Amino acid sequence: MGARKSIVALVIILAILAIAPLGLPRFYTYLIALIVTTGLLSTSLNFVLGFGGIYQFHHAVFYGAGAYGAAIMISKLGYSGWLGFVVGPLVAAALSFVIGLICVRLSKLYYGMLQISLGSLVWAIVYRWYGFTGGDDGIHGIPMPELVGSPLGAYYFTLIVGGLSLLVMHRILNSPFGSTLQGIRDNAVRSQAVGVNVRRHQLAAVVIAGFFGGVAGVLFVVVDNSVFPDMMFWTLSLEITIMALLGGWLTFLGPMLGAAVTVSLRTFVSGFTDYWTLILGILLVLVILFLPEGLLGYVFEVWKRRTSESAEE
Amino acid sequence: MLVGLSRTVILFIVASGLSLILGVLRIPNIAHGSLYMIGAFMAFTVSKVFGGGITGYWMAVLLAPIIVAALSFIAERAIFCRLYEREHIMLFLLTFAFALIFGDLVKLVWGAEYRTVSMPRFFQGSIPIFGLPFPIYNFFLLIMGPLVAIVLWLIVNKTKMGKISRAAAVDREMVGAVGINVSLVFATVFVIGCYLAGLGGALVAPIVNVTLGMDHTLIIEAFLIVIMGGLGNIWGALLGALIFGLSQSLGILIWPQFGIIFPYAAVIVVLSFRPTGLLRSTW
Repeated sequence: MGARKSIVALVIILAILAIAPLGLPRFYTYLIALIVTTGLLSTSLNFVLGFGGIYQFHHAVFYGAGAYGAAIMISKLGYSGWLGFVVGPLVAAALSFVIGLICVRLSKLYYGMLQISLGSLVWAIVYRWYGFTGGDDGIHGIPMPELVGSPLGAYYFTLIVGGLSLLVMHRILNSPFGSTLQGIRDNAVRSQAVGVNVRRHQLAAVVIAGFFGGVAGVLFVVVDNSVFPDMMFWTLSLEITIMALLGGWLTFLGPMLGAAVTVSLRTFVSGFTDYWTLILGILLVLVILFLPEGLLGYVFEVWKRRTSESAEE
Repeated sequence: MLVGLSRTVILFIVASGLSLILGVLRIPNIAHGSLYMIGAFMAFTVSKVFGGGITGYWMAVLLAPIIVAALSFIAERAIFCRLYEREHIMLFLLTFAFALIFGDLVKLVWGAEYRTVSMPRFFQGSIPIFGLPFPIYNFFLLIMGPLVAIVLWLIVNKTKMGKISRAAAVDREMVGAVGINVSLVFATVFVIGCYLAGLGGALVAPIVNVTLGMDHTLIIEAFLIVIMGGLGNIWGALLGALIFGLSQSLGILIWPQFGIIFPYAAVIVVLSFRPTGLLRSTW
């Protein structure tokens, strides 16, 4: 898929979403904003997982860090919302730098297991530090700047920031840095041999992904006006990994599609049953068995086969 | 401190199973925590079926892990064995899928409220050591831990089965080429590992409240222990569990609110000196 096609698709989707609130009930705009937020989180995960080949098993920590960073700045320290929105992602990036620095020396599985453990440590601290983070209650009713205070304002803010973040990540992946990163994914030893500093590139990728994870966290604060420790629990990390896998983890927009499918399905299913995770688990098994390239990956494959067939004729 | 040790034993038993599967099959089994939880709930049911008391307890310790192992055998044969050639991340996510499924199945079967398994009278009471009372059940656990370690070590190092599995971990195709059914070997290792998770659950049942969610914290702790000890090394798992348990009880003693940080700090210190864990992996 060419870079231009991706961007065109993205712009069309954003345009449709921009006029969506005119005809849809409020609940759906909330749902779409939630999908964009979760999708951005999943895309930022896929930045390191799918394109960097780094086993970032606990990515939701940075989502939580961004959200808590913003929430604490606003609610506890009394700064303005805009400043909080900037500080949140920076906190997430700083955290991902620290965790990345510890983990990046380890090889794949070790990296993932240590990363999930350190992330859980952050969760445990947030969960227990009642005075600062609100403990297991989290922080609710965070005051928002006027511009994004209304549901509609929050919706457009989410859309704009989410779209911009996707564009920036897309640009990075198509830059020399992005190519090097994918080179490392495909063959780390060879990359090292031609003089690439593998660890430094991986660390940079982790920090960038952490930053955008933090942006997603801020967007959640804007949409929901609250934060809670479940946002950085490891099960959420694996859920967003499922989204990336479901949509197609070798494609750029796959995670967004996966998020759209998963979040809508959850909203729909939880009206009927308490056993959502059971359904998610079965869905995951089916995807792994039958659709390892994900939905978008499958579509592209069929597409490619068609075009090559027609070329032969 | 000694009470902390009995928790260490449970952690060791569960982590050694995790380490075994990780060492041979290269799967970080997230569902391991769920199997531990199922083991504990099974222990509750089995001991109830046999009318509680001492027979109930022994039947629970005997049967619950076997049921867990049988469950894992079905999962392995039905799904996992088809995917060993795939990327690790797929296998990892597959275990997560099973963790989700098992978690909800437990909720479906046993409900959301917590259960307790009554301690048989034989294990009640305590013996004074250095003037402090020490529960008898903890003694029992302190015997079980090393016992499991020794049996596991014998299986891995002294039986043909263990040798084959170690060879298969290094070069799967070669072992297959000399006429050994590798798939079956992997299944056996997987089932033994899962049996240990169930055993851990059954043993812990009398001293904790058996609840949903007990899998979530345990699996992270077991991960830490395996990383600290060295992947696939049973003695490493023992050492890791000891360091983990001790730093945890020490931490809680020093700083009750954030004692939880200490074991993590220990892991970071260990890994900054030895990135692949304390002990070299045996294969």
